Amino acid sequence: MLNLPVFPPLLASLVNKLPATPPSLMFSLAANQLLWPALKALDWQPLSGRRYAIRVKDLGLNLRFTVTPRGFSPDSGTPDLTISATARDFLLLLSRKEDPDTLFFSRRLVSEGDTELGLTVKNLLDALDPEAMLRRLPLPLAWVAQRLMAA
Amino acid sequence: MSLKTAIDNGADAVYMGFRDNTNARAFPGLNFDEAQAAEGLRYAHDRGRKVLLALNTYPQTDTWSRWTGAVDRAAKLGMDAVILADAGLMRYAVKNHPQLRLHLSVQGSATSYEAVNFYREHFGIQRAVLPRVLSLPQVENVVKNTPVEIELFGFGGLCVMVEGRCLLSSYCTGESPNSAGVCSPAKAVQWKETPAGLESRLNGVLLDRYGKDEKAGYPTLCKGRFEVGGETYYAIEEPTSLNTLDLLPEMLKMGIAAIKIEGRQRSPAYVAQVTKVWRAAIDAVKKNAAGFTPTPAWMAELNKLSEGQSHTLGAYHRPWK
Repeated sequence: MLNLPVFPPLLASLVNKLPATPPSLMFSLAANQLLWPALKALDWQPLSGRRYAIRVKDLGLNLRFTVTPRGFSPDSGTPDLTISATARDFLLLLSRKEDPDTLFFSRRLVSEGDTELGLTVKNLLDALDPEAMLRRLPLPLAWVAQRLMAA
Repeated sequence: MSLKTAIDNGADAVYMGFRDNTNARAFPGLNFDEAQAAEGLRYAHDRGRKVLLALNTYPQTDTWSRWTGAVDRAAKLGMDAVILADAGLMRYAVKNHPQLRLHLSVQGSATSYEAVNFYREHFGIQRAVLPRVLSLPQVENVVKNTPVEIELFGFGGLCVMVEGRCLLSSYCTGESPNSAGVCSPAKAVQWKETPAGLESRLNGVLLDRYGKDEKAGYPTLCKGRFEVGGETYYAIEEPTSLNTLDLLPEMLKMGIAAIKIEGRQRSPAYVAQVTKVWRAAIDAVKKNAAGFTPTPAWMAELNKLSEGQSHTLGAYHRPWK
């Protein structure tokens, strides 16, 4: 199992004091650069134009964005769907070590807003083939992802 | 992806559904279109495994052709079997695709060998999935008196004991598994953090309020806590998971053809963990049934994935009987 340190609270409170837009902007830029080539073939139609927030609780990060046919774009409107968890639990989810339902029922993952939208996102991500995804990721990121999944 | 994961971790057969309400898990983004179904079948068949198509809802008169179309597609794609609940659809399948193998879904609610044999005589069904309302001796009585293969539930969330006939979801939302292919449709479900706790609501009806760190359950009416006679409790059913690992030697000994495990709406991480444990357990029973005891590691793994606080042997085990 992954053994990741808990993020230092002091650092988290500093990140928390930053306005939401720069992290959201950075997230969208980075995601478009690194992930979008691997993700764009998915069926985004039911998800595009909706507003999302990812809250990484222990980092105090609140990433708000929307999805368009061209990729992720930062957004400051009220989110339709907010997903909150710790950095460690997000990594466990992304590396498919934990099941989102299990985390949700054990209260480690919180989903607020449009439940149907949340379920659609979950099912879209579940349908991803990690091996095909790894082949389309930039090499350094693929290496990190592979290490996480094997951990 | 869950299909691949199930096969890679040792499932002999995997259920799938098409992307509409012809199956009882018609959730957004779930299930297979025709191309994906073909790919899934190829993946399974290349590895000597099977794919069974769930077509287990009841056709509605104005959309009858959607269901018959699904039967036609199943035959064309080469599904190893279709699992049906509706007698009209069975008749259609037998007439138009006599080579297609038919299974009776749990939604058909056949609990006696007379009922199972009726479906055998009229539609040639080759397997029946029994509802989770029978005790193990009752299951054995069915197995002994029918040539039809019997499939039993082994692991997953437990339904209230009126399988195939439950309308609770319709009461709140107008949609339930038999007609709309979905219990507690996601569009009617709301989760909300409040000062009093995490609230789940179905179309506005408060189902439950979970205290801090209290495990949550599926947002279904049957598993809610309600105030009855001045007391608030699970008035219909406690949210528990079925886990029959302890009964596996008995089940296999009486000639059960297959163990069914919940997985169609679950993520690959869950499917991998559960399939791995059950594959290992079934292999262990086949090697040495008398000496079989589930390992603590298996039980810990399954408990972690259980809904609610605990797991149960369900109706299979009724010591007072």
